[in-house]
Amino acid sequence: MEEIYAKFVSQKISKTRWRPVPPGSLQTAETFATGSWDNEENYVSLWSIGDFGNLDSDGGFEGDHQLLCDIKHHGDVMDLQFFDQERIVAASSTGCVTVFLHHPNNQTLSVNQQWTTAHYHTGPGSPSYSSAPCTGIVCDNPEIVTVGEDGRINLFRVDHKEPVRTIDNADSSTLHAVTFLRTPEILTVNSIGQLKIWDFRQQGNEPSQILSLTGDRVPLHCVDRHPNQQHVVATGGQDGMLSIWDVRQGTMPVSLLKAHEAEMWEVHFHPSNPDHLFTCSEDGSLWHWDASTDVPEKSSLFHQGGRTSTFLSHTISNQANVHQSLISSWLSTDPAKDRIEITSLLPNRTLSVNSLDVLGPCLVCGTDAEAIYVTRQLFS
Amino acid sequence: MEELDGEPTVTLIPGVNSKKKQMCFDWGPGEMLVCETSFNKKEKSETAPNCPFIYIIWKDVDVYSHILRKLFNESHGIFVGLQRIEEELTGKSRKAQLVRVSKNYRSVIRACMEEMHQFAIAAKDPASGRQFSSQVSILSAMELIWNLCEILFIEVAPAGPLLLHLLDWVRLHVCEVDSLSADVLGSENPSKHESFWNLPGNTQTLTELELKWQHWREECERHLQDGTFASSPRLESLCKIMLGDEAALLEQKELLSNWYHFLVTRLLYSHPTVKPIDLHFYAQSSLDMFLGGESSPEPLDNILMAAFEFDIHQVIKECSIALSNWWFVAHLTDLLDHCRLLQAHNLYFGSNMREFLLLEYASGLFAHHSLWQLGVDYFDYCPELGRVSLELHIERIPLNTERKALKVLRICEQRQMTEQVRSICKILAMKAVRNNRLGSALSWSIRAKDAAFATLVSDRFLRDYCERGCFSDLDLIDNLGPAMMLSDRLTFLGKYREFHRLYGEKRFGDAASLLLSLMTSQIAPRSFWMTLLTDALPLLEQKQVIFSAEQTYELMRCLEDLTSGKPERADPDAQRLQDDDIETTKVEMLRLALARNLARAIIREGSLEGS
Repeated sequence: MEEIYAKFVSQKISKTRWRPVPPGSLQTAETFATGSWDNEENYVSLWSIGDFGNLDSDGGFEGDHQLLCDIKHHGDVMDLQFFDQERIVAASSTGCVTVFLHHPNNQTLSVNQQWTTAHYHTGPGSPSYSSAPCTGIVCDNPEIVTVGEDGRINLFRVDHKEPVRTIDNADSSTLHAVTFLRTPEILTVNSIGQLKIWDFRQQGNEPSQILSLTGDRVPLHCVDRHPNQQHVVATGGQDGMLSIWDVRQGTMPVSLLKAHEAEMWEVHFHPSNPDHLFTCSEDGSLWHWDASTDVPEKSSLFHQGGRTSTFLSHTISNQANVHQSLISSWLSTDPAKDRIEITSLLPNRTLSVNSLDVLGPCLVCGTDAEAIYVTRQLFS
Repeated sequence: MEELDGEPTVTLIPGVNSKKKQMCFDWGPGEMLVCETSFNKKEKSETAPNCPFIYIIWKDVDVYSHILRKLFNESHGIFVGLQRIEEELTGKSRKAQLVRVSKNYRSVIRACMEEMHQFAIAAKDPASGRQFSSQVSILSAMELIWNLCEILFIEVAPAGPLLLHLLDWVRLHVCEVDSLSADVLGSENPSKHESFWNLPGNTQTLTELELKWQHWREECERHLQDGTFASSPRLESLCKIMLGDEAALLEQKELLSNWYHFLVTRLLYSHPTVKPIDLHFYAQSSLDMFLGGESSPEPLDNILMAAFEFDIHQVIKECSIALSNWWFVAHLTDLLDHCRLLQAHNLYFGSNMREFLLLEYASGLFAHHSLWQLGVDYFDYCPELGRVSLELHIERIPLNTERKALKVLRICEQRQMTEQVRSICKILAMKAVRNNRLGSALSWSIRAKDAAFATLVSDRFLRDYCERGCFSDLDLIDNLGPAMMLSDRLTFLGKYREFHRLYGEKRFGDAASLLLSLMTSQIAPRSFWMTLLTDALPLLEQKQVIFSAEQTYELMRCLEDLTSGKPERADPDAQRLQDDDIETTKVEMLRLALARNLARAIIREGSLEGS
């Protein structure tokens, strides 16, 4: 049974991220960062779940996460990414993008670099710059790509004061999230339900490809790319729908899975076991999607030979109203082969789970009930 | 008007000279705004006030305490859990479940207390250390009261176990304040007694126990009278204490930290099988004896007295007055309500006490910049005024990011508050339009199913087209999908864009039919007809005949409709004349082109049919 530890931390958590472990090392995740939102003073904090050696039967301190250090952050923390072992990039609701540096010797965080006007509106109604929230960032050393409510895409390079490339008005609606496909290509999702692929090698301000759902233009809130297959991405929408896309084929998703009852805030493929997918939502639940089966013919979420993409629209899958409802039977004719096992990881329903991250056997998530949950036995 | 229970406290506003200047104020939901005015008390009003600040005064500062926030969040989880299992609480297990909920609440208070205690010890300056310590004592008092209420009202222990619970209660609270000395009196002898009571699998009846106890007591008395302990005065006084001799007990007053410790000790030795209804006699007399007329009872004492008297309403009333925050009374009252202990007598304003307290507490949460999300669930469980209160509060939450707006909208949609959804979406859509984010504006109007706003956005697009000659945000217009049906104007926009696309692909026939249908189906706004007709010009001028005769007649009719409707200009104006000139030129060009096209079309159709 997975043991999940909760700790109330007196701030609503908007983002949680594991610190990456050095490649090739056998360490498991030990440190994670969190960002808060909706406070008068928001903080970016670093926590440690290292073994303290004081194991007692009380269960009080066994898995408890401890605060290492924190630093004030101006505005809500809208997105958070580890740039490398010591640097964390935070996106703010004031339109500012900040790089924080962690000093392990005295356990402090300091501001390393800041781009204060990364995102702004310049509508005719505003006499001067009026800022716009920066909604998503993605890092690939040394580059940082940010997107915001102003529909702008910025490409920054650490240690450069000005953005290397800016695509103004890349989108007429809000860009909610961004991810890298292959290195010069990024993929963004927006609030009119479109995925757009941008190639930084090209000069123009037009996306190289646009994909969207047919039917209602449901806003998409999160996106994640399959760790091994770079053409496969998963997105989560405002209606709680999980979609899997193959960007090489067509403009429609490969499969649509009815998942949550409210906005899906984050979707993550497990970096080393990509047959496992994790989603968290405004409805207060966190789901673990396990598409690996014990059947000898292992099937994955991305079915081979899927030229014909079949998908279910919401109306059909609304038959079963319970949480465990769903899923689709994309593609294959053999339901047993392609069954996905879904488990809800949080013990009680709570307020919105805003963020989650997985690394190895460890999972961390943060909620609007001001609690952080950590488990170190994801696959027990 | 009711009498005040105490003197109102005076709060000085820094920077304002209240002796000389007057202040003005206004009430907010949970706080007050105060500022200095220009009016002077004695002299004539001056021009500029000295103090340029507006002050916000809160009564409830607890809401902003870092540690107490954990209390609010954790208790919210317990509260919601309790409401949800209400239907399942039946029969025998009901009481046990309610006791468990009560213990959960208490453990949350204790956890908070311990953390606050750690902070008090580690505090760097004495002032904040004192503040933390006073908070710790307030929390300790809250837990004390709650624990007693649990024993008397929820657990409803009968005579016999009642005393054991009270013993635990006292031990828990006394032993944490000072350590060893109290134990001498408190724990040693009860341990003997506990084996005497033989818990938990106690199969003896109350009368059997009483008999045993009487027997033991008589033995004690005999020892005392025989002077067995005459040699040691300490042992003798110990024996007297064991017999429940009040004077002997009071001699050890320093070891008994308070009157309720005295009370329980007294009961232990003289009336261990005390019945709940008799408690208040002993409580009152214990209080009087302990205070000995030297000091008057404190608020905590009054609250505990009221509890011993089983006067729940008095307990809640006193707690409400003594505590600065509604948290305690709201949750305790709700729990007691689930125990069906509160009569449904209505207060002056129509809702019952539980609901009143929950509403107050939730409103306090809404005044907080972050804890408003907890308040929502509390309003949900107030059947009479909860929904209305939520509707009013939720519209006033400041929305600085789209993500926060989405959360608020989700709350409204889950409760079918369509009015609020519409109003919030409209605000967001207006902001988006002002920032030139037309796609976002459209997305908000789709969510609210607001046709009027969709029309506004479309008009904006069309205006931009007229000014610039090309469409902005093609990614949006080209991909409207079913949202196009939301408003006529939006449909027109989509179709008009399609016309341009068809023209670009040189599918002139289709483009022409589409253009005509846009005008004849009345979907195009009148103001745009001129633009549409001008768009038709290149099609009319093509070498091949695109518009059929029928279609050309239609176009002519549209043109006539348009031109005949123009009002006569009363006062000639240079600019207007020039505009008119352009207009008339255009119209003439159109007429010419239409006529030529008509001619060619008639010929072509005539000859085709002929051949």
